[in-house]
Amino acid sequence: MAERKQAGEGAQGAARPAPAAPSRRRFLGRMAGTACGAALAGLGVGLYARSAAPLAPHALRPPGALAEPDFLAACVRCGLCVRDCPFDTLRLAALGDPAATPGTPYFVAREIPCEMCEPIHCVEACPTGALDPALTDIDAACMGLAVVLDQETCLAFQGLRCEVCFNVCPVQGEAITLAQRHNPRTGQHAQFVPVVHSAACTGCGKCEHACITEEAAIKVLPLALARGDLGEHYRFGLDEKARAGGSLLAPDEQHRYHLPEGVDYRLDAGGLRPRGEPAAAPYGDDPLDTLNRGLEGGDG
Amino acid sequence: MEQTRREFIKTSAIAATASAAGMTLPGVSQALAGSRDKIRWDKAPCRYCGTGCSELVGTQDGRVVAVQGDPDAPVNRGLNCIKGYFLAKILYGADRLQQPLLRKTNGRYDKEGEFTPVSWDEAFDIMAEKWKAALREKGPTAVGMFGSGQWTVWEGYAAVKLMKAGLRSNNIDPNARHCMASAVAAFIRAFGSDEPMGVYDDLEHADTFVLWGSNMAEMHPILWSRLSDTRLTKPGCEVMVLSTYQHRSFELADEGILFTPQTDLAILNYIANYIIENEAYDRDFIDKHVSFHRTATDIGYGLRPEDPREQAAANPGVGKFDAISFEEYAESVREYTLDYVHALSGVPKRQLERLAQAYADPNRKVMSLWTMGMNQHTRGSWVNGLVYNVHLLMGKISEPGNGPFSLTGQPSACGTAREVGTFAHRLPADLVVMKEAHRDFAEKLWKLPQGTLPGKPGYHAVLQSRMLNDGKLNCYWALCTNNMQAGPNINDEILPGWRKPENFVVVSDPYPTASAMSADLVLPTAMWVEKEGAYGNAERRSQFWRQQVQPPGQARSDLWQIVEFSKRFRTEEVWPAELLDKAPELRGKTLYEILFTNGQVDAFPKQVVVDEAGNRYDNDEMEHFGFYLQKGLYEEYRRFSLEGPKPGHELGEFDHYHRVRGLRWPVIDGKETLWRYREGYDPHVPKGAGVRFYGNPDGRARIISAPYEPPAEVPDAEYDLWLCTGRVLEHWHTGSMTRRVPELHRAQPNALLYMHEADARKRNLRRGMAARIQTRRGEVTATVETRGRNKVPEGLVFIAFFDEGRLVNKLTLDATCPLSKETDFKKCAAKVVAA
Repeated sequence: MAERKQAGEGAQGAARPAPAAPSRRRFLGRMAGTACGAALAGLGVGLYARSAAPLAPHALRPPGALAEPDFLAACVRCGLCVRDCPFDTLRLAALGDPAATPGTPYFVAREIPCEMCEPIHCVEACPTGALDPALTDIDAACMGLAVVLDQETCLAFQGLRCEVCFNVCPVQGEAITLAQRHNPRTGQHAQFVPVVHSAACTGCGKCEHACITEEAAIKVLPLALARGDLGEHYRFGLDEKARAGGSLLAPDEQHRYHLPEGVDYRLDAGGLRPRGEPAAAPYGDDPLDTLNRGLEGGDG
Repeated sequence: MEQTRREFIKTSAIAATASAAGMTLPGVSQALAGSRDKIRWDKAPCRYCGTGCSELVGTQDGRVVAVQGDPDAPVNRGLNCIKGYFLAKILYGADRLQQPLLRKTNGRYDKEGEFTPVSWDEAFDIMAEKWKAALREKGPTAVGMFGSGQWTVWEGYAAVKLMKAGLRSNNIDPNARHCMASAVAAFIRAFGSDEPMGVYDDLEHADTFVLWGSNMAEMHPILWSRLSDTRLTKPGCEVMVLSTYQHRSFELADEGILFTPQTDLAILNYIANYIIENEAYDRDFIDKHVSFHRTATDIGYGLRPEDPREQAAANPGVGKFDAISFEEYAESVREYTLDYVHALSGVPKRQLERLAQAYADPNRKVMSLWTMGMNQHTRGSWVNGLVYNVHLLMGKISEPGNGPFSLTGQPSACGTAREVGTFAHRLPADLVVMKEAHRDFAEKLWKLPQGTLPGKPGYHAVLQSRMLNDGKLNCYWALCTNNMQAGPNINDEILPGWRKPENFVVVSDPYPTASAMSADLVLPTAMWVEKEGAYGNAERRSQFWRQQVQPPGQARSDLWQIVEFSKRFRTEEVWPAELLDKAPELRGKTLYEILFTNGQVDAFPKQVVVDEAGNRYDNDEMEHFGFYLQKGLYEEYRRFSLEGPKPGHELGEFDHYHRVRGLRWPVIDGKETLWRYREGYDPHVPKGAGVRFYGNPDGRARIISAPYEPPAEVPDAEYDLWLCTGRVLEHWHTGSMTRRVPELHRAQPNALLYMHEADARKRNLRRGMAARIQTRRGEVTATVETRGRNKVPEGLVFIAFFDEGRLVNKLTLDATCPLSKETDFKKCAAKVVAA
């Protein structure tokens, strides 16, 4: 165990940010934690085993973790997953830690994100299946979902060229893509706005970790918190068609229309348009033609 | 300060929470007191790339506390890239150099000693001692200077004067040699005048954009968002991206074209052939405005003369070209058929044809863009020229949306390195040392005796390293650049020369870079807005700024250092008697007196620098030297553009630039020039001419035929991969500034080895594992990346050079374009093994 830890530290030592001075939020958190801790100690271990303790919103579980109630029931707080994490990403919630139920593993993406090991050491170490042993492809993990929470501070939404979240994403181009949009404020630039795709996002937290704003504009949240639910009564037609690889119905037979002379109408090519060749050059070879057609006679 | 209700609630809530927790929070009381109002805002161009975004710099209590994209700047309209977002922080890295440091043992200079703080006086004493000894023993070719496209305009100008006129050595070259020299050579060869004919407005006017060896998406982020916007909003607009690997710019590409390294030469000749065979060329334009030539071939690789590849070359280094007819030109490209070029380049025929059609379609406006993929190329001068050939055949040049546009990597590669002429062969405003008439003009303007300026070009960047290595160049001053990380073949050529016992190497920099570590004397430099400055961007736009804050400690600007150092030399110490006999009144004078208090440079007395709002600004150099040094240097320099033998580079008045967000030269009657060489836009083109390429005596642009020739080093059985080096969005060049911004470091801490998954597997490597990259010259270790922003084809690996922890240029070969002398950092042979 010691060996692997050291190897992990060696590899990551340089890249890991130096411990910062405790932020106000963390300070307040610790104050609260101490108070809670004292209370917990008073209540004794009965509480320790309580599985219904609310999970703090930013606590992310290791890859393969079962749904939260099942996970809490299955996890025996042995700490083996934490021991086997080569990057010190995982930690055990201490008694009174507001982030997660005491003794359970979690990680804070902004501090040390998941490096998405293959094989997945934490899952392999789990003796109870709280981390589902069926998960062998780390790309299939769902630790959480990245969300651009604050579009007001995200540089990309303001038209600046940042895209760090996109660039560091291990599933680049699938979990995060950049949507290009016209920037109406400058009138001549495009914005490259990050869009997260829940089907591919593993929740590893690299984006939140690397986000360059002082408080990350993109954050990874547990799925339950981050994901909306469309409901069963509606499907996105374009998505369904893409998934099916084509129209769900047989294609229409050829449409025909009543049209004036010289006009064409094509559903698949922009609708109404002049028939035949593209518009002729506005001027012919003979200047007399132009002169004779009179003012504003060139249109159409 | 006006506070909105919401802001008030927010700050009050924070304060309330804090007091409830028994804390006082620094900042909260200030926020409530409205400290934002006390920030003074003034404009300055961004410190990094050649795009030239304008910033508003906010200072408070003598510190830059914030920047914002300048909303009124035509280049960036209030936007920035991620590096610009952190501009305020590059000044305040914890390890800024604050005093001169000399290697010493027991109180004396020792090449192998420890860096020891010394005074500026002691620093200049030892420098002058070493310089004078070298000049005495070996003459002016034993001293040299390596400058920068990040120098301000007047820093470059003062350096040229000190080196070429004062010390009479042409051994001054800028780091732009590694960056733009091929573009320069090709502009001069084709048009007789440096720099693009177009402007950034072309980005809104073109129908087809073709990127030849440029990853604009990362390296020119704001220009890329302009190009992208045109692609998104203009019907029919298309983008084609050519490269030897797939990078971020491919995301926008309608046609992403991967080609075998070096075959861009053949692809461009194929396009020319296609245009001719389909008779798509503009006969009228060709008849009136173009002449045809053929360049000497088999010209070697700019390696050391004893290298077998130079020995084998028929015409090593020969740039001569001979006039030919249109028919002979057509014949010269006839072999570049679709089949041949497809086989050579590996590009699918459909893509080659689509590319050629875009150029050949008379109704499409085409803008070609390129950066290092074409400039850092053993045939860089040729391949730049081949792009012009295609545009000239079609007459698609010098008009809105039509034109070849070379992008620059440094903020003043154009403004300083090229326009001031800090190259070994150049003088300001397109003049060259080889031409007697040009030297005469410069000597007269500088009030120097005839024959002061040496006529033989000095050592260019790569040659400087070799000459240091060979002991022929002994005193070397590198300013505002980091060649020990950015220069090629560090192990064999650069480091041994710097550490050679008889050589004395000085580095001026704000930070302890790899170059500073390798020097004998390190001088602390004021950077960016710690001094008054001017930069010229890629679209000929010169932008000025005022000094905003004081540099830390004893740091001084490069300008101060250069001018102050000139006081250490008297004419009789550095000039031969026969030269002084021509101007006996100069005897006994210092170079400072001759070059900088010559009645011209010191013509503008000390004044208060003040903006329209009445804010006052420091000017440390004016304070120290007693006159407005920057203005005097600039106004003298400007005379080259107004009175010199090469018209077309006219610059505006000093004060004008402080009232505008830059002006694009030629500036005539206070008006800017958008499209050069085009009647109506360019006042140098006579009425009725339509187009005139007035840089050449006959007014015609030159189409110069050049063939495909293979690269200097290709993969073989042992070194079986192409190695390509480059940059990333988050870091600027060697990272000496951006790696000191913690957020940028966290976003991109180390250079990764981008590799195809199949190549990795073959070597028992996987993503995330450490690998050793080896070439015949060195080895570095890096983490393998098979995903992410760069998708390389099998047989090629890519690594960025920003990471000081792994000096990638230990690997690269110092093969150059034999004409431009610019290194090819984009292709050499490497192997990769597990670490």
